[in-house]
Amino acid sequence: MILIQALFINGSFSLKYFIEFFSKSYYSETLINSFKVSICATFFALVIGITLAYLFSMFQFKGKKVLQILIIIASMSAPFIGAYSWILLLGRNGVITKFLVEYLHFPPFDIYGFSGITLVFTLQLFPLIFLYVTGAFKSIDNSILEAAESMGCTGLVRFFKVLLPLLIPTILAGALLVFMRAFSDFGTPMLIGEGYRTFPVLIYTQFISEVGGNAAFAASLAIIAIVIALVIFLIQKYVSNKNSFSMSSLHPVQPKGIKGLKKFLVYLVVYGIVFIAMLPQFYLMYTSFLNTKGMVFQEGYSFNSYIEAWDRMGSAIINTIRIPFFALVIVVIFAIFISYLAVRKRNLFTSLIDSLSMIPYIVPGTVLGIALLASFNTGIGGSGIIAITGTAFIMVISLSIRRLPYTIRSSVASLQQIPTSIEEAAESLGSSRFNTFIKITVPMMLPGIISGAILSWITMLSELSTSILLYTVNTKTMTVAIYTEVIRGNYGIAAALSTILTIITVISLLIFMKVSKNDSITL
Amino acid sequence: MSFIKIEHAKKEYGGAAVIPDLTLNIRDGSLFTLLGPSGCGKTTLLRMIAGFNSIEGGDFYFNQNRINDKEPSKRNIGMVFQNYAIFPHLTVRENVEFGLKQRKLTKEEIQQRTTKYLKLMQIEQYSDRKPEKLSGGQQQRVALARALAINPDVLLMDEPLSNLDAKLRLDMRQAIRDIQREVGITTVYVTHDQEEAMAISDQIAVMNHGVIQQIGSPKELYHRPANEFVATFIGRTNIQEAKLVTTGDSATIAFENGFTLSFDELANELSQGVRVSIRPEEYVRTKQGKDTIRGVITDSVYLGMNTEYFIHLDTGENIQVSEESTIEEDLKPGDEVWLAINKQKINIFTEDGSRNLLGV
Repeated sequence: MILIQALFINGSFSLKYFIEFFSKSYYSETLINSFKVSICATFFALVIGITLAYLFSMFQFKGKKVLQILIIIASMSAPFIGAYSWILLLGRNGVITKFLVEYLHFPPFDIYGFSGITLVFTLQLFPLIFLYVTGAFKSIDNSILEAAESMGCTGLVRFFKVLLPLLIPTILAGALLVFMRAFSDFGTPMLIGEGYRTFPVLIYTQFISEVGGNAAFAASLAIIAIVIALVIFLIQKYVSNKNSFSMSSLHPVQPKGIKGLKKFLVYLVVYGIVFIAMLPQFYLMYTSFLNTKGMVFQEGYSFNSYIEAWDRMGSAIINTIRIPFFALVIVVIFAIFISYLAVRKRNLFTSLIDSLSMIPYIVPGTVLGIALLASFNTGIGGSGIIAITGTAFIMVISLSIRRLPYTIRSSVASLQQIPTSIEEAAESLGSSRFNTFIKITVPMMLPGIISGAILSWITMLSELSTSILLYTVNTKTMTVAIYTEVIRGNYGIAAALSTILTIITVISLLIFMKVSKNDSITL
Repeated sequence: MSFIKIEHAKKEYGGAAVIPDLTLNIRDGSLFTLLGPSGCGKTTLLRMIAGFNSIEGGDFYFNQNRINDKEPSKRNIGMVFQNYAIFPHLTVRENVEFGLKQRKLTKEEIQQRTTKYLKLMQIEQYSDRKPEKLSGGQQQRVALARALAINPDVLLMDEPLSNLDAKLRLDMRQAIRDIQREVGITTVYVTHDQEEAMAISDQIAVMNHGVIQQIGSPKELYHRPANEFVATFIGRTNIQEAKLVTTGDSATIAFENGFTLSFDELANELSQGVRVSIRPEEYVRTKQGKDTIRGVITDSVYLGMNTEYFIHLDTGENIQVSEESTIEEDLKPGDEVWLAINKQKINIFTEDGSRNLLGV
């Protein structure tokens, strides 16, 4: 609804700027860049993700549980944190760069620009594919693979001819998610792009720029982004509908033991990839304990960075906990009611809500930020009501809007698992509809709701794209704080904050795994 | 306790009438079964009585009260579902108490009644367990206890035994029968298993395509089915083509190969083509004689108590005959047999199968 408002506010100006956008290659280049980066990242993420998923599902090896947790952690933190860490590692003065150049006489190479962005995105996003595909593997019946084998089709051929087709709907869903995340990420290209401009960066600079930023222009860019997102979403839906079949496995695929060279290779690949993916996090944690002066690391280890971080950014840490918390409460309550309406009272209105609630899922964070600002800056429709820009409330709303669709989906899923006969039984025993809802339906949905809520919490922690537009000094969150500290060159504080954020994320993740009692996570 | 009256009930789904016009009366305290193949409308009708399906026409009464517009929670029914629908997050005792809690009784009363029904269904020792730790049969009993504890006017059961294994099904159906008699509650029972229906019902309504084919006691349905559908649905039967020839005060059934049976009771009917329903046990193997028909054995199956013979008759039809096994008997495929027909028991239907000419 808010988006429609934003569209109307800019209605009269937009066409002019659309033309300007497409005519100047300076601008349209950013769009092409974004596509290039996102497509590459998606491709690599698919390759790595599917390979890992295959290895995990088909073979036995040690340390799977730990590896899985590490893989998930790699995807949970904001991409730009990884970007900044990679700069430290592979940038011009990076630790690894220095090592390679001085000792192994590698030619100097550049992590900045296209390659850097792609690298960070790939390592950040392959876990999503991994999770989706491992989930899909669980529903493939082993007999299908054995049947193929008995007809002489094994190994790689079987992979491409039998497995891959079965996995297509899942792969497409995952690919869409990865593409959209890459496309709409703001922080990474901002930090590591160095002149390679992407679309969200353009929107941000147009909106924020002190040299006469053009809000209307930014808004029309936002519209372009939405249109693109919508088109891709519809394409994906169409293709995956055409290729989907329902499967349920009586005998899910069991991992087999492996020996010799194969075993060595598998261990190498799996541990290697995970190590590389986790490298930025580990390095950051390491640097957080170094003495730092601005951008330079000095001799000696201490907690100084942490103390400074708390002093200067303590409020950020608290904000990061309380703002998402409120958003969570709002999201859970809405999700329960909306999902109940959508599942139990199917009519036109409810399927409309279902589709509408997918919109925030598609729209990039920067766009949402602009829309919210445009709508609430002067109150709704310029009337001065609810002029909440600059308050914590607007941030709560932005987080709620972003996470509502996911939570609705998971609530709907838990609700669909409750047979209507349970509610009918309660009714036949004399319970009113409302009483049944409170005493029977909600308690049964609770495990699903709780695990969905924890997942939302974890993603809210690492949100940057929208917060960067909406924050004020009082409402800084940790991700915003990290970003600003990196920009200012206070690497020590940034590292300390990142580590704290990672720890909070890991703890939340562990709680989630305890509560949901299974190892599969769908985002 | 209530008797149930349904008059001209109509049920439509998307414009199509699934139940066009149904009338039935269920006596107070009886166990009344709706029996029929999948899709015949029996569950649909049950859910209309419960209030979970809308009623597009007709009137439903519990005693003298018209219940069409009453919410399910206000109809004072107890319902047992096919998948039991036990609340998984509550213990057995809490499940049984649930309905009582909605009725604002005192704590002692709730406690008393719950314990009474837990004992009655022999599940008291599981009072504090969660349902997932119980077997199918035990869960079924919890569902029953929960439905009975509220002392409903009517008990509605939707294929409650179909998820149990064969042996358990037999035990549970007897338990249900005993409880129902002891409590004396009017019960409407839905099943597609005709043997189950025969075993426990006072009255059975056989349904097909939303239309009642016949209502009667198990014995009436078995021995004088109203039409061919009921004859073939309940138990097993053979259908033979024949012609009824009536002249004056006498009538004869003439089969394809010339074999005839005299049937003077039917002298009032017009001469017509007929279909004769003869159950496997209604053929009697005997020596060649005046009123016997010849056949050749094509296969035999020894089942212990009975032996089944597949026989090709001289009329060109294939039939099944069932007789009590004996040790000496040793008939093989290809052997010739002569069969007499037990006229008292067979049924004769019009050519379209819709009416029993010997009907009451």
